[in-house]
Amino acid sequence: MVIVMQQVDKSNKNDEMLSDDVEQYLTFMLGGKVYGLEILNIKEIIEYGDVTDVPMTPDFISGVINLRGSVVPVIDMSQRFSGKPTEHTKRTSIIIIEVKNDDLIIEVGVTVDMVNEVLDIHPGEIEPAPSLGSQIQTNFIRGMAKVEGKLLILLNIEDVLSVDELSQIGSIQTAAK
Amino acid sequence: MSDDSLQIFAEEAEDLLGVAEQALLNLDNLGNDAETLNGINGLFRTFHTIKGAAGLFGLNTIVDFTHVVESVLGDVRKGTLPVDEELVSLFLLSRDHLESLVSDALGGAGSLSGELQATDSQLIGKLNRYLGILPTEEEAPVQISGDTAQTAKENVDGVANENWHISLRFGPSAFRNGMDPSSFVGYLKKIGELKSVTLIDDAIPLWSDFDPENCYLGFEIELIALNTNKDELEDVFEFVKDDCKISILPPHSHISEYIKMIEALPEEDLRIGDILVACGALTSLEKDNMLNTQDGFCDGIIAGGHDFKVPQLGKIAVEEHVVEQEVVDAAIKKQSNLKQQRVSAQQTIRVNALKLESLVNLVGELVIGSANSELYARRLADADLNEAMENLLRLVEEVRDTALGLRMVQIGETFNRYKRVVREVSRDTGKDIELHISGAETELDKTLIERIGDPLMHLVRNAIDHGIESPEVRAERGKPAKGLVRLDAFHDSGSIVIQITDDGGGLSKEKIRNKALEKGLVQEGQNLSDQEIYRLIFEAGFSTAESVSNLSGRGVGMDVVRQNIESLRGQVEIESEEGKGSTISIRLPLTLAIIDGFQVRVGEAQYILPLDMVDECIELNESLRGGDDNSNYINLRGEILPYMYLNDVFKAENDAETNAKDEVDDRHRDNIVVVQFAGKKAGFVVDELLGEHQTVIKPLGKIFQNLKGISGATILGSGEVAMIVDIPEIVKRVINSGQKQFVSSNAIH
Repeated sequence: MVIVMQQVDKSNKNDEMLSDDVEQYLTFMLGGKVYGLEILNIKEIIEYGDVTDVPMTPDFISGVINLRGSVVPVIDMSQRFSGKPTEHTKRTSIIIIEVKNDDLIIEVGVTVDMVNEVLDIHPGEIEPAPSLGSQIQTNFIRGMAKVEGKLLILLNIEDVLSVDELSQIGSIQTAAK
Repeated sequence: MSDDSLQIFAEEAEDLLGVAEQALLNLDNLGNDAETLNGINGLFRTFHTIKGAAGLFGLNTIVDFTHVVESVLGDVRKGTLPVDEELVSLFLLSRDHLESLVSDALGGAGSLSGELQATDSQLIGKLNRYLGILPTEEEAPVQISGDTAQTAKENVDGVANENWHISLRFGPSAFRNGMDPSSFVGYLKKIGELKSVTLIDDAIPLWSDFDPENCYLGFEIELIALNTNKDELEDVFEFVKDDCKISILPPHSHISEYIKMIEALPEEDLRIGDILVACGALTSLEKDNMLNTQDGFCDGIIAGGHDFKVPQLGKIAVEEHVVEQEVVDAAIKKQSNLKQQRVSAQQTIRVNALKLESLVNLVGELVIGSANSELYARRLADADLNEAMENLLRLVEEVRDTALGLRMVQIGETFNRYKRVVREVSRDTGKDIELHISGAETELDKTLIERIGDPLMHLVRNAIDHGIESPEVRAERGKPAKGLVRLDAFHDSGSIVIQITDDGGGLSKEKIRNKALEKGLVQEGQNLSDQEIYRLIFEAGFSTAESVSNLSGRGVGMDVVRQNIESLRGQVEIESEEGKGSTISIRLPLTLAIIDGFQVRVGEAQYILPLDMVDECIELNESLRGGDDNSNYINLRGEILPYMYLNDVFKAENDAETNAKDEVDDRHRDNIVVVQFAGKKAGFVVDELLGEHQTVIKPLGKIFQNLKGISGATILGSGEVAMIVDIPEIVKRVINSGQKQFVSSNAIH
């Protein structure tokens, strides 16, 4: 978050930014809202399907898929944000994201209702996350951007898919017993 | 030199140090003098080889240190220094220090760190003390007097030269083999003083034929070295002796030796004669005499005609008293050793672990791919295709087994490491302990062996420190004074079992229970089975040792041991009898990569059970259940078999409602898969049996690392992912719930 703030400050000072400073975001729909993810973390987008359930895991873990020979976990974003499972339609997709954890890059899939487009967003257009009034945990939000009059929530993927946090699942489940 | 060759040196040194450690530990047990001598000789050779190799790399700290060790060993070899336990310990420490030095050298640090430096000088000091008792000066005159005695005997023919003469002709491939001629000369400086070095460049061809990668160089060297012998000098050139011409002539050598040497050299005899005179090896009178004798010698051969047999080189040498019989023996032995080494070198190849890993991964993919193809082939129902497929599958299976076999290593080497531990710990604790090893040839995946080393070490230390009683207590209890620790390894139903047994005091259930109460790990009045009590010692922070020794007793460790073993999908169990001793059994899977699986369907999902643990499959019907719908156990041929609906285990938290529905609908067609693990049996009720499946274990990744009951995932032929059931974990659960059920139903009646 601090980094974002710094970026915001910097961009305010230098109003004339070079075009390479533009960041690219993939936007997608989730529960009727538009979210954005920085494109650098995204490996690929695939159609939803063939998700194998992993027993004894919380609902927001949809299961695992076979991604060309490796087993990749899939997180139901809607379930994680609002507790409502994603309704699977023709347009439901899995975005494969690379998350860093202790120098290791881990692939994680997230289900979204629909993938929209890739947008160029100037760092100056990004505002810090509001501390109040958001429907999802504030640490999940990296910032807000206004694009063509619509508000876009840019996600902080390190926190949304925090491996350390997700890996607590099993232990909590066992402890609950 | 390049990092690669340095790496090879380090690996070699590591191997050699391993050998040295074994030899040192063997010294402890040897009473027989001949064997001790053999051992010492072996040790000497080992250290010498390290020194030689280190010299080639210019690793002076290693050379200097090894030199001191070698000198002490030399005294031992000569019998002037008796071997005692203290000395062996010192050698062991020196060995350890060398190990650190080697890894330090590998790290590329130019100078030693303070700590290493301190150990270095401390050890050298201690070693020198041994040398100080019998100063090297004393030994030198002995050597010389021997030589002079010889010279006196054959004074007539011996030359006046008081120096060693070394004649070197490097083979053309010396550079290509990574040898640097100058480093040999440099190394000789460490042995003695170089009086003269003459470079022989006669072999350099016309420039048109000159190959810059070839070595055309030769040397004639005069070395002033009182305190050395031929053996030692020969060892200097051990690495090049195969493709180089080397003659080493001791001081006052018989003139015929020089003749032989000159004849063997490619250059003109006269030219060599002049060189020898120039470098002071021979006087010119001697040279003339020699050349004359040489002619005579050749005439003799011609005159002798066809039946003249050229005497064996070694024999001549001995007859002429130049080489001591002992030296010849040593040389012959060395040759046969080398031969053996070559044979075993053909049998093993060092392979980069990463390459091997990628091979195993590829084979894993191949297995998945072939399972996929088989699925489609079956669908086509083409007889020929299916037959070809069968063949292919069989081959793939063989490839799989072979590839996995490549990673298999015998556990013996790991076990042998503990000899050292036992020796040290028993010395520190004042206990006399014998280590018995069996099943050293049992094979196990290399990764497993690496990762089981530390937990095992801990258990062995524990067995000695806590298990075996002090000699006085042992005498009181009527046990032999010598404590016994056993390490056994064997295969058992798809896993490998490693047992650490001691004949010590055993575990005191009472003590453990009290301690656990004190720590709040168990409640007062809680009924615990023996196993449950024993398992308490694996809890974090648990230690019943009344006194904390520097070996163990601090209560860290046992929980780490358990964690380590469980992270390898292994289990640990304790059996113990108070006063008689304990056995700790570690059960590990054979490999971490591929297993034979048994595929079942539960609801929508497919699961894999490790086939090795599946005992049998039976249909679950009313008669088996005995009409009692609520019980969680059946009568399996007179045995009580606790069972569980796999669906219940997996779905209990999530959708209890759908579960209840399933139970009513499906029960009558259910199958029970009877699994057994570590002597315990349990049944899993599943919806459908789908048969065997070669399972490539895919890790589920960090996110699922805390998930119990699922040990991994695999990809089925259809491309779907199936979970692999962690049978030990589920069995534990089934048995616990079965027992509860059993206890409660008893209570009702």
